[in-house]
Amino acid sequence: MSDVTVPTRRRVARLVEDLPPSGIRRFFDLVQGTPGVISLGVGEPDFATPWVISTRSIAGLEAGRTTYTSNLGLPELRQAIADNLERRYQVRYDWASEILVTVGVSEALDLAFRAILEPGDEVLIPEPCFVSYGPTVTLAHGQPVPVPTYVEDEFVPRVELLEAAITPRTRAILIGSPSNPTGAVYPLQTMRDIADLAAAHDLILLSDEIYDRLLYDGTAHVCAAALPGARERLILFNGFSKAYAMTGWRVGYACAPGDILAGMVKIHQYALMCASIMGQEAAIEALRRGERAVEEMVKSYDQRRRLLVAGFNSAGLPCFLPRGAFYTFPDIRATGLDSETFCQRLLTEEKLAVVPGNAFGACGEGHLRATYAASLDDLREAITRLTRFVARL
Amino acid sequence: MTERQRHQLLEILQADARVAAAEAATRLGLAEAEVAAEIERLEAAGVIKAYRAIVDWDKVGGPHIYAFVDVRVKPEPDFGFDAIAKRLALFEEVHSLYLISGRQDLLLVIEGRDYREVALFVAEKLAPMKGVESTATSFVLRKYKLDGQMMLNETETQRLAVAP
Repeated sequence: MSDVTVPTRRRVARLVEDLPPSGIRRFFDLVQGTPGVISLGVGEPDFATPWVISTRSIAGLEAGRTTYTSNLGLPELRQAIADNLERRYQVRYDWASEILVTVGVSEALDLAFRAILEPGDEVLIPEPCFVSYGPTVTLAHGQPVPVPTYVEDEFVPRVELLEAAITPRTRAILIGSPSNPTGAVYPLQTMRDIADLAAAHDLILLSDEIYDRLLYDGTAHVCAAALPGARERLILFNGFSKAYAMTGWRVGYACAPGDILAGMVKIHQYALMCASIMGQEAAIEALRRGERAVEEMVKSYDQRRRLLVAGFNSAGLPCFLPRGAFYTFPDIRATGLDSETFCQRLLTEEKLAVVPGNAFGACGEGHLRATYAASLDDLREAITRLTRFVARL
Repeated sequence: MTERQRHQLLEILQADARVAAAEAATRLGLAEAEVAAEIERLEAAGVIKAYRAIVDWDKVGGPHIYAFVDVRVKPEPDFGFDAIAKRLALFEEVHSLYLISGRQDLLLVIEGRDYREVALFVAEKLAPMKGVESTATSFVLRKYKLDGQMMLNETETQRLAVAP
């Protein structure tokens, strides 16, 4: 018998081991085991990718276009992204040196933080926020600094709280408007104030605008790059997942001044090489022919948004009418339950899955996130179950 | 109610005729009474013609055969195509009737209980009709999509139940 050596050294880095598991992930495991569940816990459109978009990628496969692309992404796609930003927000990025196509915004965020942070640098993040913001900073050896937002402000950050959180170590501010999970949309003045704050303290501003097309009630999107003086200290993130129902294609992009972008490209070329060519081709078609589909989807989300918000309010859970994304973030404090207990009981007693608000940051406690990117039949049934559950409490 | 909201109301009903006025009102951000009144008005004005079900007769082996019939007709002085179109439309067997551009003049959808019944209708009623110059019949073998509704058995794609 040969000698068996038992590994005794630490095999998972402390940084990774200490990273808390995603609150969403824990809840996902619970839901998986329960049949007959209606889920409003998802963060993606309930539409399939518009067929006009998919066909372009299929044609590419048929023609044998299955190769790597430029590290930065297909030139045609980068040009189309630059044109789209200029047309929509009157901001100009040089497609050749200031735009990088990534594997979703998630990769772009990872690249950005790895490119700009020295170990211990602090990043201000208004919460509740997308679950990966904090861990992405941590994994880049930075220090996420959560800054709470409040339901009475409809989760729009108070700039004075951001300012109060600034220390000599603060390097950047990361914002996401329209917001996952709250549906909050930052008004122009708030965006301006945040950009001014970043300028006053020489911080990098990171703006995740993946939900920019999903806006309602005539709300106009404020692109951070269009704010006076912001562009030179800004990393702008966007992608195709939400507006064009293309989550599985994994295509996003980052726009930044050349020096920052070059840093990001360095990491990207070693870690990922490039986004998949199938996804990039589909993205070109999305920008070229996807507009009608976007408008139809937005119209549909808009109606379902009102239906779900009305459902929460009439069940006795106060919920403001969000003006962006496809989430509602109702207040459950009146029930006396904490978010995790509420969501767990809702799941086991009524087979309705939503996500506890504290999965998105401590200040999300007392709330839950429910998406209206679900079929009308599912939304109607969800409201029935929810109403029954709350009435029983 | 704005024109945009009125169009959206019609789209809601077109997608699901059984939607309650209260739900349509919620989805549009309007009062239930206003939407109910508007639906009545649209019905009275003939904008909403009927409420029907889309049925997949193949699934129950129902006796419903359809054929598309291209018809060339001789337009009449003063009436153009309207008079003959109306005479054709009066047949119960004519399910839909369009005036179309191109080589043919009218496109008819004929409904019958079997192929023979449809063929006989075209041969004995339609073709000999005064003003009809020629017909070309195409039988429907399978319906893939009807009124925007996919008729195939679709497998549902499974999203993750919880996702960030």
